[in-house]
Amino acid sequence: MGAIFNAQQIVNGLQVGSIYALIALGYTMVYGIVRLINFAHGDFYMLGAYAAYGVFFAFNALFVGKTGLMAFVVLIASMAAGGLIALLTNRLAYKPLRYKPKLSSLITAIGVSMFLEYFLSALPVVGPSYRSFPDILPRVNINLGNAVISNYVIIDIVIAAVLMVGLTLLIKKTTLGMAMRAVSQDKDAARLMGIDIEKVIAFTFLIGGSFAGAAGLLAGMTYPRIVPYMGIQPGLKAFIAAVLGGIGNIPGAVLGAYIMGLAETFASAYNSLIGEGIAFAILIVVLLVRPRGLLGEKFADKI
Amino acid sequence: MKKFNLPKLLIFVIAFYAAIQILYSTEIMNGYILHIINQSLIYVILAVSLNLINGITGQFSLGHMGFAGVGAYVSGTISTLVFKINPSSPNGMLIFILAIVAGGLAAAVVGFLIGFPSLRLKGDYLAIVTLGFGEIIRTVFNNIDYVGGPRGLLGIPKFSNFTTITIAALITIVVIRNLVESSHGRAMLAVRENELAAELVGVNTTRYKVLAFVIGAFFAGIAGGLFAHLLQMAHPTQFGFIKSVEVLIMIYAGGVGSITGSTIAAFALTFLSEGLRIGIRAIADATGLPIGGEWRMVVYSLLLIFIMLFKTEGLMGTKESKLIRLKEVE
Repeated sequence: MGAIFNAQQIVNGLQVGSIYALIALGYTMVYGIVRLINFAHGDFYMLGAYAAYGVFFAFNALFVGKTGLMAFVVLIASMAAGGLIALLTNRLAYKPLRYKPKLSSLITAIGVSMFLEYFLSALPVVGPSYRSFPDILPRVNINLGNAVISNYVIIDIVIAAVLMVGLTLLIKKTTLGMAMRAVSQDKDAARLMGIDIEKVIAFTFLIGGSFAGAAGLLAGMTYPRIVPYMGIQPGLKAFIAAVLGGIGNIPGAVLGAYIMGLAETFASAYNSLIGEGIAFAILIVVLLVRPRGLLGEKFADKI
Repeated sequence: MKKFNLPKLLIFVIAFYAAIQILYSTEIMNGYILHIINQSLIYVILAVSLNLINGITGQFSLGHMGFAGVGAYVSGTISTLVFKINPSSPNGMLIFILAIVAGGLAAAVVGFLIGFPSLRLKGDYLAIVTLGFGEIIRTVFNNIDYVGGPRGLLGIPKFSNFTTITIAALITIVVIRNLVESSHGRAMLAVRENELAAELVGVNTTRYKVLAFVIGAFFAGIAGGLFAHLLQMAHPTQFGFIKSVEVLIMIYAGGVGSITGSTIAAFALTFLSEGLRIGIRAIADATGLPIGGEWRMVVYSLLLIFIMLFKTEGLMGTKESKLIRLKEVE
């Protein structure tokens, strides 16, 4: 078992978990506020990666010798792309259906997801095939005992942690965060208290989308290749992570994501087929044994 | 008393069948169009059976093509690998029918297994589980070498033809229509409208949800078997998530809960899909621009979004055509 549970695998698992966590946060925040599984969320992640790719090649010449600044600009670009597309999707596709049956929003979300994937692969400038992602920062391997860890892995973990701390502060300390918590608890009461619900929902999409965009950049940098369909698998797995933690619950999503990341890394080290299937196995077990997830609240049908 | 309009529907189908046969034998219509009509009829079976699960019982399945995949592989294995029949072999037709029914039954068993967890799950969660199921089925076919693995199951004899497919589609429509009009169907509608209320008036909601999955999966399996014996192959990619979404678009375009709507939409969208394929290729050839087949799916996904935004109830709503509606008999 030493070959499976070692420092190398733990760090890799934390890196995968960090990326899942950034995506899962968007799923869980949106679900907490509008009770919608945003199927297109994985595609915001993909768009973040493509935006970073485009910005890097467009402006690389301006930042010769200033790789740190370039990396920062690229991160902002990916977050802006993910956030703005999320905002636009909410405005055009989800808002008109807000008070219609829930399944119509879900089907629209599937439509939006397919549209983003196929539209990008249909565009001649993007195309359906893999592109290799450039090294924005120099790649350095660090030796820790018998583990070899790339600086990219550490960057992924650190950036995810910084963003998550920022989100926690935003939700706990600001008025807007208070409004978000209020809306997720009781929409009608929040409206009666004078909260502009649509504004809070739009803001939630903006944050969720920008986190997914950042995750897209980190994944694109680390693995280093991108494709228009890259969001499907991580999107699904991050969703499962959010369900595992208790959908609608923010710390739960992060916890679920790290559990998923570690479980998947260990399982893949054992056998690649089991690695692929473990996410679904976790999903089915959670839904059958504890449908509200690890940290989710118990809910009952009101008659 | 109400009575089902079977004779009228039968006359309509016979007229349709005769018209197509005459057009085909006089060579006004070529084999390509007949092939698309055959595909449309198989999509009719898929859409009507999915409508039983999603539209009439109000559940949400995103893995309908997974059931079709089970039917395709099981029936294809029986006819190709076990009996090695071909269209000229004696009893070939009989074995073909048995293989198709076996495929349907296998899919029904899988439908039962999927329907069972649905007792605890609702709406979004059920959608995710059925999606996961569809993906698992695809992965399983991809990894069984006996049925060809990633190459797919090849060399399936061509037994599906216009006659067999028309009969199968007619049977599907009649059975599901009669089911909806029976007390069982009424119970399913009650589950759709309000599960809690249905349970409180004594409907065994669990039983009807599972029943809808089993019957829907059975017909999807039949459709899958017909597909395999029409295209002469079964391939894992034919039964993926995107294909399930195509069937989903059909039932939402036609009107959730309307068998007539599903039937019309299955024809319309199959022809639209082929039309787009030809149209896009023609534009690409004429202009020399790099326009790929992805645009077909772009149009499809926009269609789905616009239907949901502007015509949520679909073409027919829950209405039915006179051919399928019940008539009052004194």
